[in-house]
Amino acid sequence: MAAFSAFRLLPPHPIPLQSTLFKPSIPFLSYSSHHLSFSSSKPSISSSTFSSRLHPIQVAPSDLLADKTDLGPVPEISREVALELYEDMVLGRSFEDMCAQMYYRGKMFGFVHLYNGQEAVSTGFIKLLKKADTVVSTYRDHVHALSKGVSARAVMAELFGKATGCCRGQGGSMHMFSAEHGLLGGFAFIGEGIPVATGAAFTAKYRREVLKESDCDLVTVAFFGDGTCNNGQFFECLNMAALWKLPIVFVVENNLWAIGMSHFRATSDPEIWKKGQPFGMPGVHVDGMDVLKVREVAKEAIERARRGEGPSLVECETYRFRGHSLADPDELRRPDEKAHYAARDPILGLKKYILEHNLATESELKTIEAKIDDVIEDAVEFADASPVPPRSQLLENVFADPKGFGIGPDGKYRCEDPGFTQGTAQV
Amino acid sequence: MLGVARRRLGCGGFSSSMLGQTLERIRLSNSILPRSFASAAKEITVRDALNSALDEEMSADSKVILMGEEVGEYQGAYKISKGLLDKYGPERVIDTPITEAGFTGIGVGAAYYGLRPVIEFMTFNFSLQAIDHIINSAAKSNYMSAGQISVPIVFRGPNGAAAGVGAQHSQCFASWYATCPGLKVLCPYSAEDARGLLKAAIRDPDPVVFLENELMYGESFPVSDEVLDSSFCLPIGKAKIEREGKDVTITAFSKMVGYALKAAEILSKEGISAEVINLRSIRPLDRATINSSVRKTNRLVTVEEGFPQHGVGAEICTSVVEESFEYLDAPVERIAGADVPMPYAANLERMAVPQVEDIVRAAKRTCYRSVPMAATA
Repeated sequence: MAAFSAFRLLPPHPIPLQSTLFKPSIPFLSYSSHHLSFSSSKPSISSSTFSSRLHPIQVAPSDLLADKTDLGPVPEISREVALELYEDMVLGRSFEDMCAQMYYRGKMFGFVHLYNGQEAVSTGFIKLLKKADTVVSTYRDHVHALSKGVSARAVMAELFGKATGCCRGQGGSMHMFSAEHGLLGGFAFIGEGIPVATGAAFTAKYRREVLKESDCDLVTVAFFGDGTCNNGQFFECLNMAALWKLPIVFVVENNLWAIGMSHFRATSDPEIWKKGQPFGMPGVHVDGMDVLKVREVAKEAIERARRGEGPSLVECETYRFRGHSLADPDELRRPDEKAHYAARDPILGLKKYILEHNLATESELKTIEAKIDDVIEDAVEFADASPVPPRSQLLENVFADPKGFGIGPDGKYRCEDPGFTQGTAQV
Repeated sequence: MLGVARRRLGCGGFSSSMLGQTLERIRLSNSILPRSFASAAKEITVRDALNSALDEEMSADSKVILMGEEVGEYQGAYKISKGLLDKYGPERVIDTPITEAGFTGIGVGAAYYGLRPVIEFMTFNFSLQAIDHIINSAAKSNYMSAGQISVPIVFRGPNGAAAGVGAQHSQCFASWYATCPGLKVLCPYSAEDARGLLKAAIRDPDPVVFLENELMYGESFPVSDEVLDSSFCLPIGKAKIEREGKDVTITAFSKMVGYALKAAEILSKEGISAEVINLRSIRPLDRATINSSVRKTNRLVTVEEGFPQHGVGAEICTSVVEESFEYLDAPVERIAGADVPMPYAANLERMAVPQVEDIVRAAKRTCYRSVPMAATA
C-alpha cells in the first residue's frame, strides 16, 4: 500500500492487498462489521462483532486507506487553470444553493439532489474534456451539466419545468440531457447510467476502428456513487469495458452514504478502487475533496482512454454537504462526521491554494464570486420569466418519428396515431 | 381461503398483548388527528395500516422477513417499516445494498426454501432491475416444478405517478405484472385495503405484487374495529363496491378510487348516480362484480393512471364485451394516463394523468349528456 500514490494509476497487476483485514458484513452475525476510526492509525478499518448501536460507525478523514497520510506533492497549475477551476466550482455550489431556495419556494418540485461538497470531482474531470466527449451522470446531475457547458439558464429553466429548459421541461432534475454538450443524461436508477456510458465508449471505438474515423478519439466519463458499486451493472460493464479496451473512465463519487446506508454497512470490501484490478484495469483512489489531485488523476485516466489503452476506475472519496435529496431528513450521518468534511470544503481548499501560491488575489476571487452570483440571478430570472410548455408539447417527442409507425414505401409516415392512445389528454 | 381461515384460527389465541400495543398506538395517533367522523371514531393513515399489517404478520410468523433498501436503520424510505428493526432485529429486517436483482433473487430463493419474504422496492420503478426474478423465478416456479416449489413472497412498494419526479420515477406497473400468470397483483386504496390486502398477501402461498401509492401514504381513512383486529384479512380477487349507483359503473384502483368517488359526488349533483368499484385485486380480476354492476347500470367508465394501450381498462372492457355486451347502452369509456413518458413540467404532468373532471366528463358522455371540451392549458 505504501507504493500506492494518489497520482499514479496503478497498472493492472496484482497488488498486495490488506483485504485480510476485512470480514464480510453478515447481517445474521453482526449489524455492522466495519467501522472506520478517526484516531486509530492502522488499520483504519476494523471489524466489530457488536452491533453498531454499541459501537457507532465512525468515518475517518478521507481515508479508507491505511497509509494515506502522505499523498505526495500537490501538482502545480497555471493561474488560468486555477481560476477556471475555481469559477466552475463556485458556479456549481452557488447554483445548488439557489436550487434549495427555489425548491423551498415551490419553484421546482419532485426529487432534487444537490451536489454540494462534491464539486472537486465534477470540475476535476469534466474541465479536462473536449466538448464532443461524453458524460453520463446520475440523478445528482445539475453540476455535471454545468461543468460540461450547459448554461445555468438552461439547467435552471429545466428545473422550473419551463419550455426554455435544456429538455424543454420534459426531463427535470434527474434527467438533464444535452446532445450539443455531450451530456448523455442523468439516470435516476442506480447503475443504469453505467451501461449507457459504456455504450457511448463502445461507439467511439467503433467509429475509429470500424468506420475508420481515425480522428475519433472521444472519451466517455461515467459518474456514479458508492452505492452503485454493489450493483451488478457496475461489474458487468467493468468486464466489457476492459475486455474491449473501451475509452471510458469510471468515476466513483464515493460520498460514503447511499441515502441512509453507510458505505461500510453495504459493502464487503469498501475499497472500491481495488475492484478495477480484477477486471484488468487500473484502479486508483484519490481525495475527492481536492480538485487538483482529482484533476491530476483525471488527466492520466482520460489520456489513457484517448490513447486507446482502455478504461480506468477512479474512486474519488468525497462527501455531500446536504442530505441525499431535499426531502431527506438526514438523521443518520453524525454531526462530527459532517463537521469533519465541512472543514475540508473543496472550494475553500482551492481558494487557500490559490492565495498561498499567489495565483490570484483575494479580490480577484471575489470578482469571480460576484460574477457567478450574477449568472445565478440571471438564470433564476430567466427561468421564472420563461413560458411553461404549451399543451401541444405533451404528445411530442415520444418517437423520433412523429407518428410512431415508421416510414412507408412512399416515403411518408405510415399511419396516423389512433386517438385512443391519447389517454386523458384532450390535446 | 382455507389457508386464510386456518391462519385466523391460529391467530385467535395469539399475542393479545401485541395487538393491544398496536391498538394503543393507533389510538394515540388518532388523538392528534384534526378530523373525526361521528360514524367511525378511529382513523388511520395508509402508512400506519401497512406498518401495522407488517408488524402483526411478522409477529405472528417468524418466517416472515422484510428485505430491501433503507428498510432498517432509515426506517424505510417512506417510513412504512418504522420501528420494525427495533422490534424484530437486523436478522428479520434486512437493509440491503442497492442491488435489486440480487436481493429480489435472494428473496425468491428464501421463499423456495420455506421463508415468507416481503421484498420492499423503494419504488416499483426499481423493480424493473429485478423483473427477471419476479417473472421468471417467482411467478413460474410453481408451474415449472409441477407444484413442488411454491413461492410465498410479497413484492411491495410505491407504484404509479408520484409528483414532479419525471419519467423514470412515474409509472404504473399494474398491467405489466397483471399480464403474467403465476402472479397475484393487489392495489390497495384505503387504510382498510392496505391492512387487509397486505396481510392476505403475506399469508398467501404464491408470489404477490403489492402496488402501493406514495401519494396515498399520508391519507387517513376511518376504520372499523374489525379492520383493526389482528385477524383481519381481505380476500384476494374480490373487488369492493365503494359507492352504489344505478346510472354508470366506474372502475378504479389505488389513488384513482378517490378520484372516482369525487367524480361520483359531482355527478350526483347533476342527477347521475354512479357506482364506484374499487378493484383491489388486478389479478385475479373480479369479473363477476364488474359485470353484475354493468348489467345494472348499462354503462362503464374505466379509470387508471397507467398507459392506455393494453392496460387494465382494456382487460375490463374485454370482459364486459365478452360477458355483458347486450347490456351496454353506450360505448365503454376508458380513462388512462396519456400515452407518453411522464413529463416533468408541472402543467404537462397534470395533463398526463387522469383528473376528476376527466372522469366526470367521460361518465356524462356515457349518459349522453352534453360535455364541454377541456379548457386549454
